[in-house]
Amino acid sequence: MRRAYFKNNWVAALVVTPQLLIIFIFFYWPTSQALYWAFTLEQPWGGGNEWVGFENFRYLLSDDRYWHSVWVSVVYAVCTTALAMGMALILALFADRQLRGYKGVRIGLIWPYAVAAPAIGLAFRFIFNPSAGVASYLNYAFPDFWNPVMNGDHALTMVIIAGAWKQVSYSFIFFLAGLQSIPRSLTEASAMDGARVMRRMWDIQLPLITPTVFFLVIINLTDSFTDSFGIVSTMTSGGPARATNLMVYKIYEDGFRGLDYSGAAAQSIILMLLVVALTFFQFKYVERRVHYS
Amino acid sequence: MAEISIRDVRKSYGKDEVVHGVDLAIYDGEFVVIIGPSGCGKSTLLRMIAGLEAISSGEIAIGGKVVNDLEPRERGCAMVFQNYALYPHMSVAGNIGYALKVARMKRAERDAKVAEVARSVGLDEFLDRKPGQLSGGQRQRVAMARAIIREPEVFLFDEPLSNLDAKLRVQMRHEIRRIHNRIGATSVFVTHDQHEGMTLADRMVIMNKGTIEQIGTPEEVYDHPASVYVAGFIGSPSMNFLAGTVEAGVAAIRLGNDGRIDIAAERAKALDGKLVQIGLRPENLSMVAPGAGAITGHFEFAEELGSGRLYHFQFEDLTLTVLSADKHSFQPGQEVGLTADPVHVHIFDGATGARLDTLEPMRRRASLEVAQ
Repeated sequence: MRRAYFKNNWVAALVVTPQLLIIFIFFYWPTSQALYWAFTLEQPWGGGNEWVGFENFRYLLSDDRYWHSVWVSVVYAVCTTALAMGMALILALFADRQLRGYKGVRIGLIWPYAVAAPAIGLAFRFIFNPSAGVASYLNYAFPDFWNPVMNGDHALTMVIIAGAWKQVSYSFIFFLAGLQSIPRSLTEASAMDGARVMRRMWDIQLPLITPTVFFLVIINLTDSFTDSFGIVSTMTSGGPARATNLMVYKIYEDGFRGLDYSGAAAQSIILMLLVVALTFFQFKYVERRVHYS
Repeated sequence: MAEISIRDVRKSYGKDEVVHGVDLAIYDGEFVVIIGPSGCGKSTLLRMIAGLEAISSGEIAIGGKVVNDLEPRERGCAMVFQNYALYPHMSVAGNIGYALKVARMKRAERDAKVAEVARSVGLDEFLDRKPGQLSGGQRQRVAMARAIIREPEVFLFDEPLSNLDAKLRVQMRHEIRRIHNRIGATSVFVTHDQHEGMTLADRMVIMNKGTIEQIGTPEEVYDHPASVYVAGFIGSPSMNFLAGTVEAGVAAIRLGNDGRIDIAAERAKALDGKLVQIGLRPENLSMVAPGAGAITGHFEFAEELGSGRLYHFQFEDLTLTVLSADKHSFQPGQEVGLTADPVHVHIFDGATGARLDTLEPMRRRASLEVAQ
């Protein structure tokens, strides 16, 4: 590892100040504000607040709707992560085989990463619209087969697919890079040992990219918990009947629609703690099974 | 039976042809070494035999069966890679037994076989280690064991010793030869190291720029190099080359202004007036009194080799080396006569570099073998 040395400390300070400032303004300050609000009762139209201790948390944790939101978020996060990583891995394994035209495919697969979540949400809203979109053909053939507007499970499925689609490219890039860092002679050696393509992927390539898998699981889960707002907002607005009311969306709903700033702040704190705990847990227990060569 | 026959095999990457029509027949149980400088196409040829590289044109047959379109696993070859290519996440036992696992051999049978092979290469204490915990020589043994356990008909080696230190390289070389004698599989060994080539080979194939320069036993290649290229590549310290003109009248080759080297009269007659390159191995040159030799060199310095000395002389604008067991102490600049026995003078065409006496019979032999 190369290190840079500075003769005097104030140059070093000058270099890190902008970054520290940005982190402070956009992370520590809002977080500390949210933390403060979470322990107060904020007036909806401003004009003072009242210290209430853990009252906001107590209320949330005894609210069935909140627990439902947590449950839906967990389902969404796990399913989105599994689906996105599964698809990305399959695509990367085949892109890595450098079959004909793979360069075009590779670029095509990276592009979706540049598309904003609301745009994805709108596109999928059209595709999955039960009466006007692509899915309407399905309903025409099998009446009442698909109706995310009325059926909560359908709506959640739809949001998961859109969310997964958004995350495929990110995982794909990392998987492809991971696969390409495996020396080609290893797959050649296993080919000489008699293993076919699928067997080589399973026995050689997958075990050797476990560090990448581990990294992507953390990133994808975190993203699914915190970055799903755009999709939910454009596709379902949390409905029908709160079936897709993910934690981030509920924070927005309660805070900016319901004007319950304090409740929303407490929810943000819980969400943050949840993500921190999740990441901590994975580093502590899952990373042991990762093979770093 | 696993003889390998290679007929007019070519390989091109896009427009660049890197192997230009190679013909080669390798007999069952033979140890053939393909040798050449980097980029000569030797590894590509080996990988085409293995099936890791597609053949652009021509035909490769193993045991009489054309394998051009067969997958590597269908060809019955085992390969040892240059960087060993061990599976880093598997134990030594896992690495050695992987091929058997893929072939669905039963666990107990597999373990017994792994233990047996590991013992034969001296790895039985390390079966539970990961490759990362092994030394270079041990990794090399794992790679060998992984190939041996499949009982292949053809053994392919892609510069397997080049990552080892000098002492270990010699040791592993002996071990490879021992294993070959024991299991008797047809072996093709690619290297750029002439010591490895000379010591291991039943026959050597010398490649240069995508074509075969010469095929022959190490002795044939050393004593009758087919071209200036082979002559310069094989032999250490390497051969001295001098340009000259054949003069039949005096049965000699005239070198520079005042050098003259005698050759047999009938050879001189056949080549009268021709511009040639002559090759003299350092051990075939001897040192005599100034004026008494074929040429007179000015002593530069000597290198001590223990068993002898390598003397460097300046002759006109060339450096000549003489290998001798005698210990002389010359002064720098001192004149010394150098002479060579006519039977050890290699004569090559001055323009094409091809050998000018025994070349034709050798070429004919190579093509006969392919025709079989």
